[in-house]
Amino acid sequence: MHIDPLEKQWAQIVLAICGLFVTLIIIDALFHNITTPGNVETIDSASLHLSEEFAEDNLGVHRDENGNVSVKMVAGRYSFFPKEISVPAETNITFRWVSIDVLHGVHVPMTNMSTMIVPGFVAELQTSFPKPGDYPMLCNEYCGLGHDHMWGRIDVVEKDQWHASKQTTNGAAGNER
Amino acid sequence: MNDSNERKLALSHMTVAFTAFIIACFMGEYQVLERSGLIESLGSPTVYFASVSTHGVLMAYVLTTFFIMGFGYYTASTSLNMPVWNKELAWGGFGVALFGVVLAAIPLLSGLASVLYTFYPPVQGHYLFYLGATLLIVGSWAWCVVMIVMFYQWKEANPGQPVPLAMFATTANALLWLWTSAGVAMEVLFQLIPLSLGWSDTIDPGLARTLFAWTLHPIVYFWLIPAYIAFYVFVPKQAGAFIFSDEAARAAFIVLVVFSLPIGFHHLYMDPEQGKGWKMLHGIGTFIVTVPTFMTGFTVIASLEIAGRLRGGKGLFGWIGSLPWTNTMVLAVILSLLMLIFGGFGGIVNASYAMNAMVHNTAWVPGHFHLIFAGTTVIMYFAIAYYLWPILCKKPLFSNNLALVQLWTWFIGMTILTTPWHILGLLGQPRRISSVVYNNLLTLSWKPYELAMIAGGLIMLGSACLFVYLLYKTQFGPATEEFNAQVEYAEPLHPVNSLPEYLNDFKLWNKVIAAYMAVSFGIPILQFFFIGTFDSSAWGY
Ligand SMILES: [Cu+2]
Repeated sequence: MHIDPLEKQWAQIVLAICGLFVTLIIIDALFHNITTPGNVETIDSASLHLSEEFAEDNLGVHRDENGNVSVKMVAGRYSFFPKEISVPAETNITFRWVSIDVLHGVHVPMTNMSTMIVPGFVAELQTSFPKPGDYPMLCNEYCGLGHDHMWGRIDVVEKDQWHASKQTTNGAAGNER
Repeated sequence: MNDSNERKLALSHMTVAFTAFIIACFMGEYQVLERSGLIESLGSPTVYFASVSTHGVLMAYVLTTFFIMGFGYYTASTSLNMPVWNKELAWGGFGVALFGVVLAAIPLLSGLASVLYTFYPPVQGHYLFYLGATLLIVGSWAWCVVMIVMFYQWKEANPGQPVPLAMFATTANALLWLWTSAGVAMEVLFQLIPLSLGWSDTIDPGLARTLFAWTLHPIVYFWLIPAYIAFYVFVPKQAGAFIFSDEAARAAFIVLVVFSLPIGFHHLYMDPEQGKGWKMLHGIGTFIVTVPTFMTGFTVIASLEIAGRLRGGKGLFGWIGSLPWTNTMVLAVILSLLMLIFGGFGGIVNASYAMNAMVHNTAWVPGHFHLIFAGTTVIMYFAIAYYLWPILCKKPLFSNNLALVQLWTWFIGMTILTTPWHILGLLGQPRRISSVVYNNLLTLSWKPYELAMIAGGLIMLGSACLFVYLLYKTQFGPATEEFNAQVEYAEPLHPVNSLPEYLNDFKLWNKVIAAYMAVSFGIPILQFFFIGTFDSSAWGY
């Protein structure tokens, strides 16, 4: 069997490059929590409205006593519920997404707020938005003929201003609808 | 050897392939036009999504499967120098697959199966669509059987001899396809057909996505392997050189087959129904499968360099200029490699999940796979067709110059089409929308790129028409001279006299695949039966 020495060298270089990439990805996943949404949590899409967490009144942005911000959202043809939310910048936010019908996806452009929303499962991910601004929240998976019209808005506000505005909402636990 | 049956088999399959291709090209150009919103009266989600579904099925399933079958039959018969085994089975497979295509076309074209070529349950299409797709796959299994039987017939008749590289790779692809298609076959047979016929009321979308992911990655290598075969066995000969290393080529094909299978979860990175650990395992495998592509690039470029130097090229890069750029096979491989470099870069971005989150399901993704599939792969299908058509029809190619124009325009059109497509993805435009209705400043920045894509698509459509025209004129034009060339396979630089059995057979590798698949897909599939998932009812679209 014949293997050229140049070929052997090239194979080593290629393996080293692949090894480097894989190592970086694993380090990011393990230590920087830059990873995939993969919580494998099941939920019955047909009775979301009866569930505690995703009942209509509980959707939207929440802040608990410790100041943790979470967002519960429902996707259904052809909208996100609620359609508009406001969150603080530079804050770690936990998003929990569910679908009432078919497959959807959601992406906030230029950010890594992105996940598939598969009926039967809760898609959970954590991220923070470094830059304040008005971002669209787009459905990025084909969900039917009205797919183009499926979008919402996410208003990322300076941290201090957001907290101030929450103070004036009269103790509504920051629940926005 | 009288190979009229083999020539007829190859021609029939490839004719179906390229007919599907040209129809789908027109749809592609319509889609960029519709999507841009330039012509208001074109705007129709109903037509758009029917068109996207049909375009995807024709390109990804019909063009590829028929081309690969036709090319495989002819490669097997010419490289082994024996007739196709069981021609009734071969023609039967062709008939079943073609019938499947016709069956699927009815609901697709009438808008009753706008579920895209990826199916996406719980959205549900007409049952004829799923039935047709199944028959296409079943027909292609006949081809797999014929290839594997011929492989072993030859080995039995030539004990201890290395199987010719072209046939070794073709058999690798047949085995790959049997493994690959099992995932989607299970999804269609156990989930989609029962649902669409009303035998079951609900479907588990997480399981369906997992089964489809089984197929979705290795299918790309099923499409790509004929291009790699041309890289190894046609290009060096056409350029006037040798295969740099026959053994390395075999190793590359083996790694492609083994590692392209258990890595499909990189399509599910952003999905909630599979855990992070599984995704990481599949992610690592995804990087390993880049290795044979890097090795192939090296070997092909080395073969080209030898050719360039044999033709008098000097200096570090002087050999590039002295390559026979007017040979369609050589030009195609150069353009194909260029697109592979950029497409491969995009692929590594997708495989790295921190970056993938920014581009997942955006316009970046179709930009990427058009570059790799319609670019790298299909341009080699063109080159193979230009090489084989004269041999199959026994008439010379209608015009070599026009063929060169066709290859260049395809490359230029592809560049103009996919560069803005990638940028649109970085700017957050979702794939699979038929119009932009979002009321946001960001979406204004998308406009110029959409317009550029129309131009790129138009150039490619022209190029595609020229391609079909050239084949047509070659086949049906008046023959001025007898054309009697045979397929010529490149010789390795260092002759291969004996090979270890693991580089000359697949028995060991099938066991490796079975074990690897049992871990990487077996457990993730079984989980759906243990964790108590909730099914979805079927939805229209
Ligand atoms: Cu949607």
